[in-house]
Amino acid sequence: MALAAPEREAQSPAHAHDRRMMRMRALLLAPAVLTIGGFLVLPIGIVLLYSFLTPGTYGGVVWEFSFGAYVQFLFERDIFDESLVFSTAYLEIYLRSFLQAITSTVLCFAIGFPTAYFIATRPASQRNVWVLMVTVPYWVNLLIRTIAMLFLIRNEGPLNHLLMSLGLRDTPLQIAYTDFGVGIGLVYSYLPFMVLPIYATIEKLDFRLVEAAYDLYADRWTVMRQVILPLAWPGIIAGSLLVFIPSLGAFIAPDLLGGGKNLMIGNLIALQFQGSRNWPFGSAAAVILMTVVLIALLFYIRQQGRAQVGAP
Amino acid sequence: MSGTAKGVSVEGVTKRYGAGSSAVTALDDVTLEIEDNEFFTLLGPSGCGKTTLLRCIAGFEPLSAGRILLFDEEIDGLPPNRRPVNTVFQQYALFPHMPVWNNVAFGLRMLKRPAEEVTRVVGEMLELVHMAHLGDRRPSQLSGGQQQRVALARALASQPKVLLLDEPLSALDLKLRQAMRVELKQLQRETGITFIFVTHDQEEALTMSDRIAVMSDGRVQQIGSATDVYERPINHFVADFIGETNFLDVTVSGIEAERATCVTAGGAEVVTEAVRGCRVGAKVSLSVRPEKIALRAGEDPEHRLRGEIERLIYLGTDTHYQVKLERGPDFLVRVQNAHASAAFEPGQPVTLEFDPGAARMLVD
Repeated sequence: MALAAPEREAQSPAHAHDRRMMRMRALLLAPAVLTIGGFLVLPIGIVLLYSFLTPGTYGGVVWEFSFGAYVQFLFERDIFDESLVFSTAYLEIYLRSFLQAITSTVLCFAIGFPTAYFIATRPASQRNVWVLMVTVPYWVNLLIRTIAMLFLIRNEGPLNHLLMSLGLRDTPLQIAYTDFGVGIGLVYSYLPFMVLPIYATIEKLDFRLVEAAYDLYADRWTVMRQVILPLAWPGIIAGSLLVFIPSLGAFIAPDLLGGGKNLMIGNLIALQFQGSRNWPFGSAAAVILMTVVLIALLFYIRQQGRAQVGAP
Repeated sequence: MSGTAKGVSVEGVTKRYGAGSSAVTALDDVTLEIEDNEFFTLLGPSGCGKTTLLRCIAGFEPLSAGRILLFDEEIDGLPPNRRPVNTVFQQYALFPHMPVWNNVAFGLRMLKRPAEEVTRVVGEMLELVHMAHLGDRRPSQLSGGQQQRVALARALASQPKVLLLDEPLSALDLKLRQAMRVELKQLQRETGITFIFVTHDQEEALTMSDRIAVMSDGRVQQIGSATDVYERPINHFVADFIGETNFLDVTVSGIEAERATCVTAGGAEVVTEAVRGCRVGAKVSLSVRPEKIALRAGEDPEHRLRGEIERLIYLGTDTHYQVKLERGPDFLVRVQNAHASAAFEPGQPVTLEFDPGAARMLVD
């Protein structure tokens, strides 16, 4: 007992220190936790909840549990006998959105990778200027940029004016209000999200590895394929996700440049809360989209984990 | 070494970076001849141009002037991937996303060698550098010494005619570095490949090389065997850079046959081997290695080099004396402690003696 006493005295200040550290950590984390909780987890909870309720007649919801929204996503109710008939109408919208998002991701990669490579191989003093130039479009609001794009590509716009005055076309080339127009808008909107992460990985790349590959008889194409691309892979994946996910749920570009003719997921959801006033169905559409995106993210995390094994 | 077969000829190579007044000359009219199967070392302080020369031979740097021949064939127009030379890089530059085996196989696969040959040669190479059991590891899972071996195996796998090594041992700790010196030299003898080895470490250069080119300021100062550059340095830089030495400013007072008699500022006479072109009355520098000087107690009357012991450091095997010369600089003298007696005390007057061959007349 005589020995235990000083030991306890020695321990208690350490305990107090631990408690202080815990409180400190909790305080430091609080702003982030409150923000994410209040503005992310809570709204998602509400959306999830609403997707299982019954739509009110003039918008809003009736507090009555229902799978109706999810049933509506896959089936159509026959007008005469009220029986459910499988319908692909909404699936088509999702498919179209996915194809559009994949296309814009691939295009962003095709344009973004060479751009990122170019910037990363400039002298260090010039790189920041190039990066700044990539972000220039972001100084202007997305809505304004998209409307500006519409003015450029519409039938009476400067692009068609040029084509026709050069005699390349007799009638205006229809770009606005087509899927192609939406694609241009998406690529233009999200290109920097592809360039910046790829730039970050290539900039860190040890170019002695490139020299080593040349030294070992690899030609330019092989060096690109077997050394640079694999080492830039984490950046390519990150950039692809950053382009793919917002493209999938994009609202402004399909609405303005697509003229709202061929609905995409973003427009479909917006429509449920505005025109159709079917909040549960809008919520269900959002939940389905979110689930798909989550699966994509999990896939990404697994990929990253695998890439980490070989990283130094 | 197989006689005088030409390996690599560097002819009047100049390399400049930048243009106009801000241009930097990394290599200034470098000419040297490296024989086939030779262990040739480029030795010099950092910034002397040795790595630049290596990169020129590898093909990473275009030449500003001059040409490089490989076995009498001009290779200036060839990109690095078409030159039959391979490099061991300073930080190894192993591909981090490939296991060891694939790293070693890389060159062979690029040369489109048949699969059986790739498997066989990679196996042999990993065996050669004692890494056969670690073929499926990633480079990041290896120690520095192991990475070094993989880098060697990778560079040797495609059987280059010339292997370029850019300070390959500098990242290793002392024990490993000393062990790798022996291994590298042995590897060079076994494979019969010409090694061009870049280092700033004179001990490395002296222990491994058949011949050494001492470089400074983008120029070759002297080319010769380890004994040549240590025993017979031709100028101030080489004498100073390799080992320790004492410099003595003298005036040539007489030349007879191969011997030159020189007089110091203190009036002492020193006899040395005459270098070509030296004449009576010329002021020259002599280099005398500290271990080649013998000390004798007492003041000798006849025009000898005299001084007084200032300090001494006892090192067990040797004793280092700092001797203040009469009207001259401080001299370092290294005496082997062969006998327990014959030690000198600080303040004691001494006479310094050395053979005519020990004092080396420098051209600058």
